[in-house]
Amino acid sequence: MAMADQPAGKSFRLSMLLYDTRYRSMTIQFIMLALFVFGVFWLLNNMYTNLAAANKNPDFAFLSSTAGYDINQRLIEYTSQSTNARAWLVGLLNTLLVAFLGCILATVIGISVGVLRLSKNWIVARLMTVYIEIFRNVPVLLWIVFLNAILSETLPQPKDFKGVDAVASMSFWDTVIISNRGIFVPEPVFLSGSSIMLYVLLASIVGIFAFGRWARTDQETTGRILPTFWIKLAIFVVPTLIVYFMMGQPIDWKLPAFEGRGAIGPDGVAYTKGIFRIDADNGIHIRRSLIALCLALSLYTAAFIAEAVRAGIMAIDKGQSEAAGALGLRQNRVMSLVVLPQALRVIIPPLISQYLNLTKNSSLAIAVGYMDVAGTLGGITLNQTGRALECILLLMITYLTISLSISLVMNLYNNSVKLKER
Amino acid sequence: MKKSVLLGTLAAVGVLAGAASAGTLDDVKANGVLKCGVSTGLAGFASPDANGRWEGFDVAVCRAVAAAVLGDGDAVQFVPLSTKVRFTALNSGEIDMLSRVTTWTFSRDVDLGLTFAGVNYYDGQGFMVRKDLGVGSATELDGATVCITTGTTTELNLADYFRANGMSYEPVPIETNAEAQLQYLSGACDVFTTDASALAATRATFASPDEHMVLPEIISKEPLGPVVREGDEPWSDIVRWTLNALITAEEKGVTQANVAELAASAGGDPEINRLLGTEGDLGAMLGLEADWAANAIAAVGNYGEVFEVNVGESTAIGLSRGLNALWTQGGLIYTPPFR
Repeated sequence: MAMADQPAGKSFRLSMLLYDTRYRSMTIQFIMLALFVFGVFWLLNNMYTNLAAANKNPDFAFLSSTAGYDINQRLIEYTSQSTNARAWLVGLLNTLLVAFLGCILATVIGISVGVLRLSKNWIVARLMTVYIEIFRNVPVLLWIVFLNAILSETLPQPKDFKGVDAVASMSFWDTVIISNRGIFVPEPVFLSGSSIMLYVLLASIVGIFAFGRWARTDQETTGRILPTFWIKLAIFVVPTLIVYFMMGQPIDWKLPAFEGRGAIGPDGVAYTKGIFRIDADNGIHIRRSLIALCLALSLYTAAFIAEAVRAGIMAIDKGQSEAAGALGLRQNRVMSLVVLPQALRVIIPPLISQYLNLTKNSSLAIAVGYMDVAGTLGGITLNQTGRALECILLLMITYLTISLSISLVMNLYNNSVKLKER
Repeated sequence: MKKSVLLGTLAAVGVLAGAASAGTLDDVKANGVLKCGVSTGLAGFASPDANGRWEGFDVAVCRAVAAAVLGDGDAVQFVPLSTKVRFTALNSGEIDMLSRVTTWTFSRDVDLGLTFAGVNYYDGQGFMVRKDLGVGSATELDGATVCITTGTTTELNLADYFRANGMSYEPVPIETNAEAQLQYLSGACDVFTTDASALAATRATFASPDEHMVLPEIISKEPLGPVVREGDEPWSDIVRWTLNALITAEEKGVTQANVAELAASAGGDPEINRLLGTEGDLGAMLGLEADWAANAIAAVGNYGEVFEVNVGESTAIGLSRGLNALWTQGGLIYTPPFR
């Protein structure tokens, strides 16, 4: 008792920092922290000193100077007279585009393959195994280059479409051009009245949710099972279509077309000289580089996602599906109502890291000439301004921000599906 | 903040951080080998031959400097560099000099901490197309898909040229010359653009070069030359004057074959004597042996010989001297006097 009465400060001696187990771990941690801070500090200082010695003080003024180069795929307005910061943004949007498309495609393929690999059909299961083993065991860079080479070698060139003796022709009733420069699809032009279609579409989506809720309560009370998918699809499509025709088709389609000096004359042959190209102003150009990159990244990542899905499904006790079967649920309902919801808990954490991997792997885009953020800010801007350190730092911050955002969103989703413990 | 951080710790860690490099000349002599940055493979300018020995127009400059400094044209370690990393490699001291079809521009010279030691090839950007495209001039390229090696001045020239002529184009940026070739040959682009010399070199490696043509327009000035770090004047002097020595040798008729004989004793021409070290002490002023220039010429030949052997009309690349003829023959190749 006497010890406890003493003021704590007086009993404290310096040596206790080392010999008293209560304080020792704190001492060690403090020393490690100090060393770490010093190490970081030393590295930064070293960098500044050496850059100063090389007459290259860090300077971000280049971001507001003229970029001077062109970018092929621009989701926002950009010309060679725009700033380097603008080029950074254009590249960033391209990165986000390929990451977004890639993640969706990879998820769809990955889940399908993962489920099919567990199929009782021997051939299907083996084929999926072969797919997974081939794709995940070859570096993704090779897949990107390989798919790009295949697309560029096998698809027809624009000149193959020319003249009466053309060796290639447009697909889908002359609305789509598939060439080795990419795929050109019709571009919608929204005329007056199309906004009403948008409202109807939004209303349909609300309707789908309302119907889903009603169908669930209906099933819980009466036990009736409606073909909800088809009804939802109809709610999604039909009203908008009706309005489309009622409003006198307010969406115009700009069809992709060819142009070139004397492309096809009145006799249908005239084209002889000059660049025969696909009209850049009509139709949407989905570039070969985007297709190759997106396909390669998603096929590669899907192989890993498929394994995560398989692991998740196999983690669910067999008794669960047997019990569901005993209750009279059909095979696909067992999967979608019993197994997958529980498997998601296991699947989602590795899925997050696969999304992050796909996003980071998209920086290999330059291999096929896709101008992502590593190609604009970390590529051409870096080269033309010589500001290597600044560009790479900004690039690292960019990828860090993207990755952390993806993690955040996916973790929120993970929290919503994980096992609720009550 | 940056400054206060810098100043505050300069005293504390300055000893650790400030391992400032000694002169490059001393480094090279101490190592006994010259580390020279070259391109990753461009026929005629820098590429390894069948035996793995680096050959080419740019490589010859490296060998000449090595011969001048170390007395041995083979005492070179070639470091193949992409366009992207070449300046970083030089600035960080990974290489002693860069001889890699690099264009001398204002911003590179002033802003990037580089010093261009002269011009060994006056080039310009051109366009190569398939003959069956039926295009006769670069002004007919509106709407073309253009393959371009990224990280070069050509990218900016291309944007400027098409903008100035009110034409549109689709750039396909590619990392290396070899990849650009593949893309161009597979028909992924209509046009391949880079320096005209490199176009000729690339075309020479095609299976059927006759199906391709280089358009007559040259859209830019591309003076190519060896580069060293800024702030090491003795070293940039050595590189600059080694190149000048090769040019002077051509002017004065000193060749790889006769250099040994001419360097043996002082002859009738005072400038040859000063160049080859039989008169005066130009070598000592550079901190080199008296026979530095003689060694360089003996290793690779004079400028004209280097040109003919690597890229000249007798080779597959078949470049004519054009702008790169001596000033006495209507070209731009000129050197200050050796005195």
